[in-house]
Amino acid sequence: MTTLDARLRDVRTRRKALVPYFIGGLTADWTTYVSAAILAGADVIEVGVPFSDPMMDGPVIQAGALRALANDVTLESICHDVSVASFEVPVVVMTYYNVLHHFGLARSAELLAASGVAGVIVPDLAIEELTPWREVATAADVATVLMVAPSSPIDRVRRIGALTQGFVYAAARMAVTGRAADVGDAERVVTSIRTVCDTPTYVGIGITTPDQASDAAAFGDGVIVGSALVQQILDGASAQDIEGSISTFREALDRTAPEA
Amino acid sequence: MGPPDEGGHFGSFGGRFVPEALMPACLELDAAFRDAWGDPDFVAHYHRTLREFGGRPTPVTYLGRLSQRLGLSVYAKREDLAHTGSHKINNVVGQALLTARMGKTRIIAETGAGQHGVATATAAARLGLACTVYMGEVDTVRQALNVFRMELLGATVVPVTSGSRTLKDAVNEAMREWVTCVGDTHYCIGSVMGPHPFPWMVREFQSVIGVEAADQLHEFGVETPDFVVACVGGGSNAAGVFAGFADTTAQLIGVEAAGGSAVGRGMPGVLHGMRSLLLQDDHGQIEEAYSISAGLDYPGIGPEHAYLADLGRATYVAVGDDVVIEALQLLSELEGIIPALETAHAVAWLLRAAGDEVPTGSTVLLNLSGRGDKDVAQVRSILRGES
Ligand SMILES: Cc1ncc(COP(=O)(O)O)c(C=O)c1O
Repeated sequence: MTTLDARLRDVRTRRKALVPYFIGGLTADWTTYVSAAILAGADVIEVGVPFSDPMMDGPVIQAGALRALANDVTLESICHDVSVASFEVPVVVMTYYNVLHHFGLARSAELLAASGVAGVIVPDLAIEELTPWREVATAADVATVLMVAPSSPIDRVRRIGALTQGFVYAAARMAVTGRAADVGDAERVVTSIRTVCDTPTYVGIGITTPDQASDAAAFGDGVIVGSALVQQILDGASAQDIEGSISTFREALDRTAPEA
Repeated sequence: MGPPDEGGHFGSFGGRFVPEALMPACLELDAAFRDAWGDPDFVAHYHRTLREFGGRPTPVTYLGRLSQRLGLSVYAKREDLAHTGSHKINNVVGQALLTARMGKTRIIAETGAGQHGVATATAAARLGLACTVYMGEVDTVRQALNVFRMELLGATVVPVTSGSRTLKDAVNEAMREWVTCVGDTHYCIGSVMGPHPFPWMVREFQSVIGVEAADQLHEFGVETPDFVVACVGGGSNAAGVFAGFADTTAQLIGVEAAGGSAVGRGMPGVLHGMRSLLLQDDHGQIEEAYSISAGLDYPGIGPEHAYLADLGRATYVAVGDDVVIEALQLLSELEGIIPALETAHAVAWLLRAAGDEVPTGSTVLLNLSGRGDKDVAQVRSILRGES
């Protein structure tokens, strides 16, 4: 068990987890947005480390990643910012495998751990290629969060359930990140995950409104909100605006009682 | 050149680095390809389609005047004479037949200059498959005629406005799109790249080049050429011709564009579903390739080539834009063949290496991957000093 596993099981006893996504270095003061989100009730922060070729991201996060890269953001600069900010909730980094591969797998795991990052999501790292990374990450107490897709057959869900750490990322739809009108196939995906493991299961991909968050929380343990927030920041939202948005998501989730 | 391991690895290269949403499709494709390629009926259907529709077999031509000029014996495998003007048809016919066999009704593809897009649209039309091609917005402007060709063939062309708006972004966009429609749609990758089984499958579909050429050289009395030379973008025409000679003593030479030289300047990395050699910066961000020929404008190389380079079984060299136009002119004037700019890279290397790395008297098989019709307007403006 990684530290992230223990912390997220604890969150589950108290409430539905709210996991906002921010792009590291999108603005010079990006960590103030994170602090505002934590104040408004975020339980985990997902921090995107931009990559030039984000295969799993739609137009909003692509645009944000390009803007951050133009600011010369790197894995090291984002880790430095996270370490200085020392957030009180767990930070999970979302990046693509080449960023870690290029920096060195063991070196990346050590840097993340030393910066206080509790876990990573690497969407282009399928379970077939997972072992070298997972070994060094686990040794550094960095959890590797795996995704289950609507297309995953049950035997893969079982393998993913056995390998994931911290939480299971339940992809609500067959799509890349973006904004959507509903929670798609999320209930079916979460149900299949529940049959193979009791790891906290968070729903992401397309969660755009507090009502959708509350729909997803009826069966999941939490929600990940990405493009909807990144779009706001790209449109010039202040940290206070983000605090307001997160509060509305928090209230929506709190309307859904936690499973005992 | 045998198959990769179960997970699609050629040594430490290759593999499957894709989102979970696409993994079931990669596994399904792997199983479907293994099944089809082991089925004599499918293989016969593939060869019959290439013969009746694709213009195969393409001839081998002895290039007498070039040979005399260089002090070599140079033979050309004439992929420029295949339908749609390049070797690309071999791969798309194979993948389109496989698409139909899997019961899928639609095919998507990425394209740079438009050659692979045109070939895919052609095969899709022939087999009655719906077809959408992703093309960087920059390239849709540079290659407007190929956009029109694809539309004539009934395909939809989607300009890609993300990232650098060129080939690598078109691949990203096709992958993103594939996530949303993987149930009824096959992604027809255009070279020996991407997640397993693509690099292996595309090489197998292109190996017809090398297998034919080896037999045809025998008819000329050439047992084994000393050199087999091909240009390399992703590496599909090179992999196809190398496949016929990997078990011989022939030296295999892949010629990259200097501005897209993944073996020369790249480092191991992961992009577009594969681990290979890639152009990247100090932080692992992928760099854009640059070449006078859009078909070589790719920041990576197929994983099997990275492996062959590692083993020393094949050698990868690079030539700059400056010598490519001269090579195109020389082949046109001496042999009556206007090669594609991509192909002209292989010719340019041979001109430079003759009498040096390629000793006088050597026998050379040059893979003429495509014809230059698509490039004549660009070459004209370069020669007139307009660009
Ligand atoms: C004529 C020709 N040759 C070569 C290439 C490069 O591709 P590959 O390296 O996969 O053969 C292209 C790509 O568009 C091409 O059109």
